[in-house]
Amino acid sequence: MSAAAGAAALSGESYLTDGFSLRSWLLTTDHKRIAILYLASITVFFFIGAAGAALVRYNLIVPEGLIKSAETYNRLFTMHGVVMVWFFLVPAVPVTLGNFIVPLMLGARDLAFPKLNLVSWYLFMLGGAIVLYSLFTGGVDTGWTFYTPLTTQYSKGHVVATVIGIFIAGFSSIATGLNFIVSIHRLRAPGMTWFRMPVFLWSLYATSVILVLATPVLAMTLVLLAFERIFHIGVFDPTLGGDPLLFQHLFWFYSHPAVYIMILPGFGIVSEIVPAFSRKPLFGYTFVVWASIGIAVISFLVWGHHMFVAGTSLFSALVFSILSYMVAVPSAIKVFNWIGTLHKGFIRFDAPMLYALGFIGLFTMGGLTGLFVAALAADVHLTQTYFVVAHFHYVMVGGMVSAFFAGLHYWWPKITGRHYPEMWGRAGALIIFIGFHLTFFPQFILGYLGMPRRYHSYAPEFQVLNVLSSAGTTILAAGYLLPLGYLTWSLLRGERAAPNPWDATGLEWQTPSPPPTENFVATPVVTEEPYAYPRPKPQATS
Amino acid sequence: MSDAALPHAFQYESARHQARTAIAGMWLFLASEVLFFGVLFLSWIVCRHWNQAGFDAGARQTALAIGTLNTVILITSSAFYTAGVAFIEASNTRRLIQCCALAWVLGLAFLILKFGIEWHEDLARHLFPGPRFAITGELRTGAQLFFVFYFVATALHGLHLLAGLGLVGWIIRRAGRGEFSAQYSTPVAVVGLYWSFVDMVWIVLFPLIYLIGRGP
Ligand SMILES: [Cu+2]
Repeated sequence: MSAAAGAAALSGESYLTDGFSLRSWLLTTDHKRIAILYLASITVFFFIGAAGAALVRYNLIVPEGLIKSAETYNRLFTMHGVVMVWFFLVPAVPVTLGNFIVPLMLGARDLAFPKLNLVSWYLFMLGGAIVLYSLFTGGVDTGWTFYTPLTTQYSKGHVVATVIGIFIAGFSSIATGLNFIVSIHRLRAPGMTWFRMPVFLWSLYATSVILVLATPVLAMTLVLLAFERIFHIGVFDPTLGGDPLLFQHLFWFYSHPAVYIMILPGFGIVSEIVPAFSRKPLFGYTFVVWASIGIAVISFLVWGHHMFVAGTSLFSALVFSILSYMVAVPSAIKVFNWIGTLHKGFIRFDAPMLYALGFIGLFTMGGLTGLFVAALAADVHLTQTYFVVAHFHYVMVGGMVSAFFAGLHYWWPKITGRHYPEMWGRAGALIIFIGFHLTFFPQFILGYLGMPRRYHSYAPEFQVLNVLSSAGTTILAAGYLLPLGYLTWSLLRGERAAPNPWDATGLEWQTPSPPPTENFVATPVVTEEPYAYPRPKPQATS
Repeated sequence: MSDAALPHAFQYESARHQARTAIAGMWLFLASEVLFFGVLFLSWIVCRHWNQAGFDAGARQTALAIGTLNTVILITSSAFYTAGVAFIEASNTRRLIQCCALAWVLGLAFLILKFGIEWHEDLARHLFPGPRFAITGELRTGAQLFFVFYFVATALHGLHLLAGLGLVGWIIRRAGRGEFSAQYSTPVAVVGLYWSFVDMVWIVLFPLIYLIGRGP
């Protein structure tokens, strides 16, 4: 244990014991406390969104639909999509693990703009409250994509309220992204050069670039959408001179990069965990770094693959198809580098590692099936079917949520100062992996056979696969409730954590668990490359 | 006064470190804003491309005189504000306050001209898109779309300007308490960036609204 960590441990103060009043939490500017506020909030949103998914799968157990009204079904899958995309998947890793870990990894005392960080949480909660209000008073039936002119002219739901909620939450994303970029540029500890930064920082940097540059595009698009909805004259209505394809271009200009907002932080988490649990340096560090940046750049150039059948020109469809293939290159580089890291490593199968390995498997499947839908000819057959649903759930739920859990377990001792129960953690990882495959693999087949998405009933021959998928959902639900249970339990009863329980590199492990409010008593100095594994044996005499 | 003695937040090494970071943050925020308004301009140009004659008919209904006057007003206010930044770098707080006050008053004048007079006229002449829209016939569709953009763009720009007035007012108050000097004037510079950005948005909006397609 370093001298600095020892001094803080002696005083016994941590960010958790620095004030116990409600006020000391709600008006905190400590990035670690804001991360906790966010963690509690997104957990609530996750389970609301999951409830929507559960009801969707419940409906699809029988061909004619167990929920009798197609309208209700539409509102349910829209609620699931809106809550999951904007109130869980997009913010989840940056605002919780990112908020907590980024300053610690940088060797900084806080983010560059702590007040802005708190403002971002309030914006998030305000946006979330508006969206939940609109969803619980009837919701919207447009799907999370808000396509015009359905949204602006024909839908009967609370479109404007939902859009305002998403608009406000978007500014919380921008605030977080801005804070990360500026902090990474300006608050690196002495000796922490760009290429000594852990990949988690690089991937959050890339994520933040997308957050800052893509979110405003969505924001303005939603302004124009709301205007059209309110006044029934606008930019996207073809009968009044507007252009509905313009909406789709703008929407996907945000929403495709948003996919990488969701998955890039996952790449970062896995790049931390795989070396730590293989006791080897990350294979091809610079390649992984540049792959992150490459993905962020290319992600802005592929949005047109969502519009192959929307009436865009064949030429543009071809170009977007080729560009979409190009994203696979940096993504594959990452997968190969993780596998290269595992090769001949001393692998330990603790829960974070199991979740991370689950991520690699699920993401690889999600990524490879992405090539099917990026291929122009195949997509014409597969678009708007369950194949697409399965593909993006493999990336977002299988990939991103697994990575989130991996990171949550990995840093849990640091965040709370307590260990989660290891056996339960491993069981959770396994149950989620199995439940996930059972839920979503049948959907690939369903989609390939031609079952369209977003319909509340289906042809009887699809029933077996649908029942399998719905059965998988119950296992998946158990898998998600399990961590909620044992992680909460560990807050009170978990074993106390040492500053560096995994014997990992990274500055966040050089301070007590949980860290003191000022993170580091003395500013750390970085003298070595990241992932300097295997770490030297601690001397018995110290 | 030495640099190290100036107060700064605990995550920074020095006041200078903090100041430069604040300025970087504002630049990045403005990058985000560029994309926000960029989408508006792009959509504007795309829709104009589909409905050129209608957009031209709409543009001819706009109040060029007020628009031109407002452009001059806004550029002048930015000039005053920038002068204020130069003055505080020479530790001249009194001049800073005067410059900011002038910039503030000009900003307010813009808002009064834009919303008190121009919008008022526009609405009275039934230029707001809807069933009672003034322009009829085959140009109606395009002209209505033009005014969709006109009202959305000027409202958003006006809101940004209003926020700017709040920020400049805040600078005046803090300057009045003697908080700024040559050593410490970061907020003045940061607000200056924002104020100039609002000005720049208008410089794009001015031709889009008043000039393009107005004809001889
Ligand atoms: Cu996409």
